[in-house]
Amino acid sequence: MLRFLLARLGVLIPTFLGVTLLAFGLIRLIPGDPILLMAGQHVVSDEQRATLMQRYGFDQPLPVQYLTFLGELAHGNLGQSITTRQPVLNEFLTLFPATVELALCALLLATLIGIPAGVIAAIRRGSVFDHVLMGTSLTGFSMPIFWWGLLLIILFSGTLHWTPVSGRIDLLYFFEPVTGFMLIDSLLSGQEGAFTSAARHLILPTIVLGTIPLAIIARQTRSAMLEVLNEDYVRTARAKGLAPSRVVGVHALRNALIPVVTTIGLQASSAFSGAILTETIFSWPGIGKWLVDAVGRRDYPSVQGGILLIASIVMLVNFSVDLIYGLLNPRIRHGR
Amino acid sequence: MRYGLAGGLGLMLAAVAAPHAQAKTLVYCSEASPEGFTPAFYTSGTTFDATSKNIFSKLVEFERGTTTIVPGVAESWTISDDGTEYTFKLRPGVKFHSSAKFTPTRDLNADDIIWSFDRQRDAQHPFHAVSGGSYTYFGDMGMPDLIKGIEKVDDMTVKFTLARPESPFLADLAMDFASIMSAEYADQMMKAGTPEVVDQEPIGTGPFQFVAYQKDAVIRYKAHPDYWAGKAPIDDLVFAITPDAAVRWQKLQAGECHMMPYPNPADIEAMRSNPDITLMEQNGLNIGYVVFNTKKKPFDDKRVRQALTMAINKDAILEAVYQGAGSVAKNLIPPTIWSYNDAVKDYPYDPESAKNMLKEAGVEGLKTDLWAMPVQRPYNPNARRMAELIQSDWAKVGVEAEIVSYEWGEYLKRARAGEDSTMLIGWTGDNGDPDNFFGPLLSCAAANGGNNYTNWCHQPFDEKLVKARLVSDQAERTKLYEEAQVIMKEEAPIVTIAHSVVFEPMRKEVKNYKIDPFGGHIFYGVDIEG
Repeated sequence: MLRFLLARLGVLIPTFLGVTLLAFGLIRLIPGDPILLMAGQHVVSDEQRATLMQRYGFDQPLPVQYLTFLGELAHGNLGQSITTRQPVLNEFLTLFPATVELALCALLLATLIGIPAGVIAAIRRGSVFDHVLMGTSLTGFSMPIFWWGLLLIILFSGTLHWTPVSGRIDLLYFFEPVTGFMLIDSLLSGQEGAFTSAARHLILPTIVLGTIPLAIIARQTRSAMLEVLNEDYVRTARAKGLAPSRVVGVHALRNALIPVVTTIGLQASSAFSGAILTETIFSWPGIGKWLVDAVGRRDYPSVQGGILLIASIVMLVNFSVDLIYGLLNPRIRHGR
Repeated sequence: MRYGLAGGLGLMLAAVAAPHAQAKTLVYCSEASPEGFTPAFYTSGTTFDATSKNIFSKLVEFERGTTTIVPGVAESWTISDDGTEYTFKLRPGVKFHSSAKFTPTRDLNADDIIWSFDRQRDAQHPFHAVSGGSYTYFGDMGMPDLIKGIEKVDDMTVKFTLARPESPFLADLAMDFASIMSAEYADQMMKAGTPEVVDQEPIGTGPFQFVAYQKDAVIRYKAHPDYWAGKAPIDDLVFAITPDAAVRWQKLQAGECHMMPYPNPADIEAMRSNPDITLMEQNGLNIGYVVFNTKKKPFDDKRVRQALTMAINKDAILEAVYQGAGSVAKNLIPPTIWSYNDAVKDYPYDPESAKNMLKEAGVEGLKTDLWAMPVQRPYNPNARRMAELIQSDWAKVGVEAEIVSYEWGEYLKRARAGEDSTMLIGWTGDNGDPDNFFGPLLSCAAANGGNNYTNWCHQPFDEKLVKARLVSDQAERTKLYEEAQVIMKEEAPIVTIAHSVVFEPMRKEVKNYKIDPFGGHIFYGVDIEG
């Protein structure tokens, strides 16, 4: 297991360096001048522009800027946003917990419903449940998120008044963030009703962000289960007279889970990168919208820092998924 | 726990009010996060709403809901006969906000005024480069060349010396970049080694004081108890940042906020018919227009410009692009600005005459480019659509226009370099002075690299603008601008399309809100009833 772990870690380092180059380079390939964009229709004199370019270090040749970026990175410094003038790392860390909180809830919802639904559909292949599930999941998968979110808001918040429209917690509650996770902070605050309010604010965004992963996980589980249920060892298990629940739950599901874990990992990676549409609809202060805004403003330090951090997190998620494979399947662990 | 529509608001208000028995809280669903809290660094309305409109005072200010200049922290002023010296007498007893990091030991005085301007104009000022300082507005308004010196006459008197007489100067001082900050706070933060805190946790003398900002989520303010013009009727002000307009509308209906800016045009009808909502509307201080680059043939010929103006069906554009939220523009300045010349007659929509005029000018089979802005602006909600309509209008008179667009920064840069033949653009006023439209948009000084994209430099017109800037008598200035508008119409360097309408939906309980002609959102004076 240790060798497996080291081998996986070894791949991470060159990938990380590649990502630094991409994060640095891509945003500079898009046309647009951060200083002119900040000024909009106001006229910036050439002299003023030159002063600012120099102040932000954008006047240096690109390779020099890149090396400076790497040098600062080695000291743990991601630079300062040229818009808000705040350290990029601080901004990211302020917003990232909101993204993670929502992503975890959405993935939890998708997994807890998706896997059992997929298993049942596989066992009862061809049944009404199977058809309904497959039909629904196809709809869920193709759902335009913006429209879906607004629809839920109009129905559940606007008409039925069951859930709040948007935000993370009722404005009544006001406390300094400790962990950045509203569910935890609301408990820590000790204010009555804060936790309930935070939880109620999570319902709709969780459903909206969880819809597509849920559909994908359910379909993936179903097809993986169908494949495994036809395997010889499952037939053997049945022939041995094991209880059907044990055959399905232990023998079949454990093996069927490998592709499902891959899928969940991929979904997690994309959810942790921030969900721009869900965040915009629900006024959710996460990193997705922050990053898109930064691209729009050509805020180079924010964009390169943000992409780098997100990429690192995605790499860590993939790394963990690899480890889980290893735990689930000894053949992978031993490289055979 | 269940919210009812009416109950929801009740719950919300009761809830917000809970900590202090009778506290009145106004919740404003703002459209985006401010870029920062020092107005001088920025140019966006979103940032000004969160800063200069509510937490800072200026020497002089605009009377709420008008473009009239009234005393701010300066209670009076005198202007020397030659128009180059402005002496301001400061209001005594103006208190700064206090915070966990700062307790003011003195009232506002001349040092604060000088600090606020010197930070922007003096590259050697200890705070000039703090927080990466870029002072775009200050530069764009021509302040670095205009202000020769600022002098402390005594603790409560400040004298500005200008390089030349400039009548719009007073109006300039009421703008957002001229917000007065605390020199004492800056000194303390500098000594503490954290100068940038001044730009993150603002201290002003305005009606509301900053309490907390949770990035991309909420900004909290409370009424400044010692505000020089009297405490605001509301006690707390909350900006709930809500980027999507449809969601803002849902929140307003659910009672999660009292007011929202920038509604979707599609929701206006529903807002009008909702008994819980008051919908205020007013013509915006803006103009959307088409530019002819008069440096390029055949647009140097005024007959061609007039013909192409007559070929455009403005009413159709108003319906399709502004969806009713606009009014046809015949002058460069909107009707709310003084000196608006209502006697000017607009060109009629007359494709037949246009065709003949083009023939007379010897123009046949004309091919041109027509630039469309890549962004949505209050003065032009859909430039692409507008360009398509103009394209088809011009096709009817035998002119083939190709629509071109670039990324916004690039668009402006290339346009200033004169690469376009015709283009769409617009302007939103800063200070209510007619010069703020004519000067940057059509003067000779702004041609060839500035915001005068027409590159039209017409001496008889320009002389009027220059003269109007030098004289301080408003009646005389009005006459000059009225004459200038007649010349502009005749010469047709631009096609004035529309002034857009600003809508402000709010819940019925909100009282005494006044629409800011400059497009800002000012909450001083606003009350909540019931």
